[in-house]
Amino acid sequence: MRVYLDNNATTRVDPLVRDEMMPFLDEEYGNPSSMHSFGAGVSRALDLARSRVAALLGAERESEIIFTSCATESDNTAIWSALQAYPDRHEIITSAVEHPAILQLCSFLEERGYVIHRVPVDSHGRLDLDFYASCLSDRVALASVMWANNETGTVFPVPELARMAHEKGILFHTDAVQGVGKLPICLKDTCIDMLSFSGHKIHAPKGVGALYVRYGVRFRSFMKGGHQERGRRAGTENAASIAALGRACELASQGLNRMDTEIRRLRDRLEQGILSQVPRCFVTGDPENRTPNTSNIAFEFVEGEGILLKLDREGIAASSGSACTSGSLEPSHVMTAMKVPFTAAHGTVRFSLSRFTTQEEVDYVVSKVPGIIADLRSMSPYWKQAEEGAPAFDPEFRGTLGT
Amino acid sequence: MWDYSDKVKDYFFNPRNAKELKDANAVGDVGSITCGDALRLQLKVNPETEVIEDAGFQTFGCGSAIASSSALTEMIIGKTLDEAAKVTNQDIADYLDGLPPEKMHCSVMGREALDAAIANYRGITPEAQHVESPLICKCFGIDEAKIVRAVTENNLSTVQDVINYTKAGGACGSCHEKIERIIEDVKKGAYVGRYVTTDMEAVRRAAQGGSCAQDPLAAPQGAGDAGQIHDHGHDHDHDHDHDHDHDHSQDQTAAVRDPETRPLNMAEHFSGRMQRRQEAAAADTSGPNPDHLLWAPVAALIDEIRPGLQGDGGDIELVHVDFTRIDVRLTGQCEGCMMEDMTLSFIADLIEERLRLKAPVVNVARDFGGSGEVL
Ligand code: FES
Repeated sequence: MRVYLDNNATTRVDPLVRDEMMPFLDEEYGNPSSMHSFGAGVSRALDLARSRVAALLGAERESEIIFTSCATESDNTAIWSALQAYPDRHEIITSAVEHPAILQLCSFLEERGYVIHRVPVDSHGRLDLDFYASCLSDRVALASVMWANNETGTVFPVPELARMAHEKGILFHTDAVQGVGKLPICLKDTCIDMLSFSGHKIHAPKGVGALYVRYGVRFRSFMKGGHQERGRRAGTENAASIAALGRACELASQGLNRMDTEIRRLRDRLEQGILSQVPRCFVTGDPENRTPNTSNIAFEFVEGEGILLKLDREGIAASSGSACTSGSLEPSHVMTAMKVPFTAAHGTVRFSLSRFTTQEEVDYVVSKVPGIIADLRSMSPYWKQAEEGAPAFDPEFRGTLGT
Repeated sequence: MWDYSDKVKDYFFNPRNAKELKDANAVGDVGSITCGDALRLQLKVNPETEVIEDAGFQTFGCGSAIASSSALTEMIIGKTLDEAAKVTNQDIADYLDGLPPEKMHCSVMGREALDAAIANYRGITPEAQHVESPLICKCFGIDEAKIVRAVTENNLSTVQDVINYTKAGGACGSCHEKIERIIEDVKKGAYVGRYVTTDMEAVRRAAQGGSCAQDPLAAPQGAGDAGQIHDHGHDHDHDHDHDHDHDHSQDQTAAVRDPETRPLNMAEHFSGRMQRRQEAAAADTSGPNPDHLLWAPVAALIDEIRPGLQGDGGDIELVHVDFTRIDVRLTGQCEGCMMEDMTLSFIADLIEERLRLKAPVVNVARDFGGSGEVL
């Protein structure tokens, strides 16, 4: 059996979405900017996609949607735009647990003299709202806080954060990659100025995303070139993928309810199944406020890569915040920011479901995980020590015989 | 996903000798849970023949760490300690048909555990096992000697290589310049004679000589040490470091022959180690470093005990952390109170228990001629 529970990383393309994009890889190859009829059909397809995206986000106007190549481009665009639209402001507020698309750019800017406020989180991944409030000032060009965290699924009170920013006259952007399609979003009821998301997390293909920019918000383009997207994003439109994104958004709004009920139940079933059978593991993130599809479980005294390799051999795909899997040598910045205990920081596994996940799949995973963890723990020197009160594993001392 | 060889996968999924040896007479523990991998290697050595009759490992770590540990046990069973001592990290990687470059540190950990286990069998104390050397990478607690050894043995030439083999430099990156300097200096031969540990065989042989000295039968072997080391230096270079330029090999050999570095005087050499280390740590102490890997977990523990101290009219503040030392400021009633030492050692114990980190806890509020009291 093959079970894909890594939907926060990317998702399969829905067959209905694929059907939507195929004509643009075939007959409908015109350039939407052209004046002839080859381009006209493509141009209409872009309009349709724009209205579908606007509908999923609850945007007031379709023109508030700009198509991009991915959420990283959208994030970068939003931040650069704010800095250029408000050149006198040299501070940015963000959170400690953002996606690298935000954090890396912020570090880059920091080296060049910008002041970056990274709002910390508590052990449940909840944002320190007092800290956030204390950073708001007229020196801040942009506050950018993710809607939901990719690793833990923890949802931040983004509409409230946007309101607080607006009260001080500060622009607010949210990276909503993990929120769109999983949580109800209605931008016209909020004061969020900009929002980024990508298609491949909601069953559209990779390489397409969107940036919402509220009507009236000062905007400076990132990509310079032609007049596409009303001059806000140069470059010939990726028509096939944009059509796909539109359809994916439509399907996502139809599936929102199911996400909140059935998929949430499956997620809870998975989590309970694992927690009840495996000793010394716990869920990270805010249990009250999480995206319905995500479960991040920290297993003490084992290392995440081993878990993933063994899961993979059983046909199960998941991911880990452990150092070894990421190519870095430290546990993920999210786990570090949440101060996940060192005994478990390297043993976190994220399971993320999609609307295609079935109960049979979840039960299969629940049947495999306990054995895998027990197996790896039987090899871990720390587990022996934790379980049996054996002599402490003492690397500093190098050799514990007779001590 | 990593591109592991079939052999790595095989040794991960079907590990050989993943077991606790009840009748082991040598143990090597290396690594730590904070750094993400750790290995306990146990050996059953025949005291008559010094043949490793059995070996078992317990590993916390990624797939290649487990595979490397398992491969190592298979490689050394049946060998004498002397033969086993010649196993290098590259041998372990070769045995597994190679490791991804980023995972070479797993093979280094295996070799370190083997070194530690052999030293343990020989009765070499942990203090004697490593030469005093400055801490280079604070994030992973890695000193100059370890980096020099990895660079020398594996002919490394970039910071990325050093990260792959030792982890040093793999986090905040602030030590990269120091690592670059070490690489240059190694190429220039600047460390020759400085670190005895750059040739572990020399240490092992010396130790053997030491213990054999009490054993009349083995005395001639001990006496022949220098010559053997010389030969071995050559073997080592030819076997494993094909790409080494020749001058460098010569330097190595010279270093081992140099009487200054003869490790027989190790007890003397290392007697002041702890003291020097503490002095170094004291000199190193600076202000708060909340970005350090250890800051958050230590701060959390301090938060835990703070209410108790406040109940007694005192308070505590975390000042600085690193792998060698933890600085706090005890104020109010705690300051100078007779309970101060107990409080500090209580914190040290708590940190050791929860984080598996052995580091002195120092009250920087107490003035002892500029350096804190080290417990
Ligand atoms: S000090 Fe070496 S990586 Fe941070």
